[in-house]
Amino acid sequence: MIHFVLLISRQGKVRLTKWYSPYSQKERTKVIRELSGVILTRGPKLCNFVEWRGHKVVYKRYASLYFCMCIDQDDNELEILEIIHHFVEILDRYFGSVCELDLIFNFHKAYYILDEILIAGELQESSKKTVARLIAAQDSLVETAKEQASSLSNMIAHATK
Amino acid sequence: MALSGMRGLSVFISDVRNCQNKEQERLRVDKELGNIRTRFKNEKGLSPYEKKKYVWKMLYIYMLGYDVDFGHMEAVSLISAPKYPEKQVGYIVTSCLLNENHDFLRLVINTVRNDIIGRNETFQCLALTMVGNIGGREFAESLAPDVQKLLISSSCRPLVRKKAALCLLRLYRKNPDVVNVDGWSDRMSQLLDERDLGVLTSVMSLLVALVSTNHDAYWSCLPKCVRILERLARNQDVPQDYTYYGIPSPWLQVKTMRALQYFPTIEDPNTRRSLFEVLQRILMGTDVVKNVNKNNASHAVLFEALALVMHLDAEKEMMSQCVALLGKFIAVREPNIRYLGLENMTRMLMVTDVQDIIKRHQAQIITSLKDPDISIRRRALDLLYGMCDVTNAKDIVEELLQYLSTADFAMREELALKAAILAEKFAPDLSWYVDVILQLIDKAGDFVSDDIWYRVVQFVTNNEDLQPYAAAKARDYLDKPAVHETMVKVSAYILGEYSHLLARRPGCSPKEIFSIIHEKLPTVSTSTVAILLSTYAKILMHTQPPDPELQDQIWAIFNKYESCIDAEIQQRAVEYFSLSRKGAALMDILAEMPKFPERQSSLLKKAEDTELDTAEQSAIKLRAQQQQQASNALVVTDQRPANGSLPVGQLSLVKMPSMSINVDADVAGQGLTNTNGTLSIADPQPATPSADLLGDLLGPLAIEGPPSAVAPSEQNLMSGSGLEGVSNAMDALALAPVEEQSNSVQPIGNIAERFHALCLKDSGVLYEDPYIQIGIKAEWRAHHGRLVLFLGNKNTSPLVSAQALILPPSHLKMELSLVPETIPPRAQVQCPLEVVNLRPSRDVAVLDFSYKFGTTMVNVKLRLPAVLNKFLQPISVTAEEFFSQWRSLSGPPLKLQEVVRGVRPLFLPEMANLFKSFQLMVAPGLDPNPNNLVASTMFYSESTRAMLCLIRIETDPSDRTQLRMTVASGDPVLTFELKEFIKELLVSIPKPSIAPAPAPPQVQPVSPAAGSLDPGAMLAGLL
Repeated sequence: MIHFVLLISRQGKVRLTKWYSPYSQKERTKVIRELSGVILTRGPKLCNFVEWRGHKVVYKRYASLYFCMCIDQDDNELEILEIIHHFVEILDRYFGSVCELDLIFNFHKAYYILDEILIAGELQESSKKTVARLIAAQDSLVETAKEQASSLSNMIAHATK
Repeated sequence: MALSGMRGLSVFISDVRNCQNKEQERLRVDKELGNIRTRFKNEKGLSPYEKKKYVWKMLYIYMLGYDVDFGHMEAVSLISAPKYPEKQVGYIVTSCLLNENHDFLRLVINTVRNDIIGRNETFQCLALTMVGNIGGREFAESLAPDVQKLLISSSCRPLVRKKAALCLLRLYRKNPDVVNVDGWSDRMSQLLDERDLGVLTSVMSLLVALVSTNHDAYWSCLPKCVRILERLARNQDVPQDYTYYGIPSPWLQVKTMRALQYFPTIEDPNTRRSLFEVLQRILMGTDVVKNVNKNNASHAVLFEALALVMHLDAEKEMMSQCVALLGKFIAVREPNIRYLGLENMTRMLMVTDVQDIIKRHQAQIITSLKDPDISIRRRALDLLYGMCDVTNAKDIVEELLQYLSTADFAMREELALKAAILAEKFAPDLSWYVDVILQLIDKAGDFVSDDIWYRVVQFVTNNEDLQPYAAAKARDYLDKPAVHETMVKVSAYILGEYSHLLARRPGCSPKEIFSIIHEKLPTVSTSTVAILLSTYAKILMHTQPPDPELQDQIWAIFNKYESCIDAEIQQRAVEYFSLSRKGAALMDILAEMPKFPERQSSLLKKAEDTELDTAEQSAIKLRAQQQQQASNALVVTDQRPANGSLPVGQLSLVKMPSMSINVDADVAGQGLTNTNGTLSIADPQPATPSADLLGDLLGPLAIEGPPSAVAPSEQNLMSGSGLEGVSNAMDALALAPVEEQSNSVQPIGNIAERFHALCLKDSGVLYEDPYIQIGIKAEWRAHHGRLVLFLGNKNTSPLVSAQALILPPSHLKMELSLVPETIPPRAQVQCPLEVVNLRPSRDVAVLDFSYKFGTTMVNVKLRLPAVLNKFLQPISVTAEEFFSQWRSLSGPPLKLQEVVRGVRPLFLPEMANLFKSFQLMVAPGLDPNPNNLVASTMFYSESTRAMLCLIRIETDPSDRTQLRMTVASGDPVLTFELKEFIKELLVSIPKPSIAPAPAPPQVQPVSPAAGSLDPGAMLAGLL
């Protein structure tokens, strides 16, 4: 299973974290610090796997961002590597040629999307189309609610409460 | 920015980004936190929109690495909001901020449950996602049934059901009982018919988790998995959405093959054939293409297929195909594939028969040891370590030593340890071993643990031929300009003991040796100073005729350290000083160290322990452990003469126990009586050799108990009482025929006890004598068993005419692979033995093993632990199941009852433990009478298949030596055999292992004097 997902920028800034195994606050900070040290210093032509504290971390760099997922020793590394790419492709499709800034200002969207791809540290959906459809449906639900809230009658109701 | 839809949030993020330095950022963040805190305090004024905004800001700050220790409640409370936008934020932020142990989560269990059972699909999704990501035990207990319902509901849409499957997987991980409900395995099997591949992917993950702990319940899923795999591999009926770079869902393929790896075998020939066809297709049809993602995906599938082929122990042809593929992979440029090639080749080592093909790639693997990528270097090191044996040890160890000087610090310790272990395990000759360890200390002293140098001292002490060589080497190393402290320790120790053997060489007079060692004293730590003092005392003793000048020098040093702050050093200085004034008596007191008892290398043990710690519950790992266990069979050996008795010359070197005790008595001024001979009966092999025994031996006085090397020979000379003691201890049941007693070779340890111990566990030593050790490792699956016999030659010369014959009882089908006629020196051969249980029986198989050492022919007949309880598997049944079965099996011959008398009295909990150890699952509370005990188990044989057995014991609290026992099963023979089996258990309980020979009372007064003996042995003497 995937124990956690980390998105770190080349400068070591955290852009997203998701923990599927229970780590305390202290441990989380420590893990991030340690792994940034290990992964950001690796050269470009090396393999995408790092052995770390009895686990393996599969990572891949896209432009200035490192996507990292931590798995068990005997999990299938390449499968995870392609889950990362699957996630990136979906982000790309959603934002339209995604860049780090998109993920900074819309980090919550990244969380929504990740939740449609992984649950319990396992792959939930491998169809890009299905994920895109579900995210679009969520967005429209939020939009509708917003419209309702800003409708005139609502405002009146609010004012006279 | 438009997407975020929250201006305040975007502004804040921009502000943080615009900060020039960390300090500014902190100020901005602190300001914001203060703001949020005040806003949350006056909660009344907060609109849902604002609340959402602040909660997101909190998460952002948290992500930046700042402590956010408030506001969790606000995030959690959003979960209860009635509208989707707030609820969504509440669920997501909560699952990011909190982990499963957080108290606040308890507050929302009810809300979450309402969302799950409610009719709103979007709410269901949110709730399932959060529980799936951070649900803990409490969630498991209260929500599992609802989640199960959603998963199998026909009215739910796929988007809910796939989330339910993974949510259930999480709950199962937190509490496995939630899925142990009636008929769940049938449900799982039905779920595998799912058409929607999203749902199927999630369900497959769930199945992998379920079969990894209990494959037995899910046999019906096996053919379906094979069918799914076939469908994907042939790309039949796979929607376009679910192909990834042209490959039909690679993830589902991988998961399906993973699930299949948890089933021990595939019995149905048709299913097996279809699976092998698919696997063959994957192995042969995967090409390297330009597109990196397509390549990764297809190789993910390929590597999983390789793992499955290895697991299924496929035909030889397919295996060699796999090795060929891996051989290709470890030579490619692409680092990922090379890494995985090395990793999987290491796994491949567990499969017998391929080692030789792997060895052909040695040169290639060694190149990877020099790869710029540490991940790859690690894999190469592991593989080299795994593939090392007597034939290539020299090359590999030398490579490792060479690499040591350039290796990164992160790897050095592991590297040093591995080189030391390999050198020890496979040394072609012992001087090479000494060379390797000294080089190791020289090159990487900081990374050489104490265990490693203790070990070399043990070897040198136990092998006379080696002593002058080691002393000369140690002397050479001290000439180097910078000497590591560990080198000082080991050199000083060896030179103290053996430098007199070099006396005639140039530069090796006692004086010169002393001065070169003494040069190092100012730079070493206190623990080393203590060793140096002992060395000086020894040098002084060996200087014959005495050299007054050297004596004065050394006495001055002792004098100086008499007031040392360290108590240990002070004591040594005082004692050595006064002892060395005793003149000739010094010779006896400081005589050479006796040989060390044979014992398992603490290094090997350490290596095993760490392996076991990190071992995972997976098929491959279990096999890896089996491999590790194999090294158990190696112990240090004395170079004993071939005929098994010690020549007089050697005996005189080793001090007799009585002598040393008398000396001790003199010194201590106590009048201990002479106890000559009695000590030799005391446990000849200390039961628990401790790793730090050497530390004791370095103590001030070289007074030692009897070295065990002496014990066996003395035993032969002993009057009847000694032998009686040994044979009495042997269980009357032991199949140790008369001829074995007349063998001149005495077994080490009690054969019957070893057998009984192995009846309860799956690995251990079956037999051991001074020449050979036979270890055993077994795996049992239903009515199949796979045993591996490890035949370890403990000596430096080969064992010839080795022969093993299995005498199977009629109910077992046993097939032993070929046993080589010659076992090379200090090598270990593995002989797999396949067992099939045809029908229930208590008969026992016997291994008739013989070999020749020198002129001695040794033959032993050993019972093999393929006993009835190995084919049992504990199974728990509910009260309902139990009673309905119990009633339906009425009366003989399916249900047998017997009153057993003369039972060894046991309290019920003890009996329950005994039952448990024999795979009988005790169901407490099932029987209303507290004096009764009810147990259930599943028995496997070819004729009965899996058959449930029920047992009831009614005890009489006023007389524990009698009880009434009822056994029921669907097969009359099984019922009878099981009843007899349990009866035997209750009447004669295999004793826990005790020292093989009873310690006579005379030993007791001696024990304090033999204080430096192994503590375990001492305890055994006192008991």
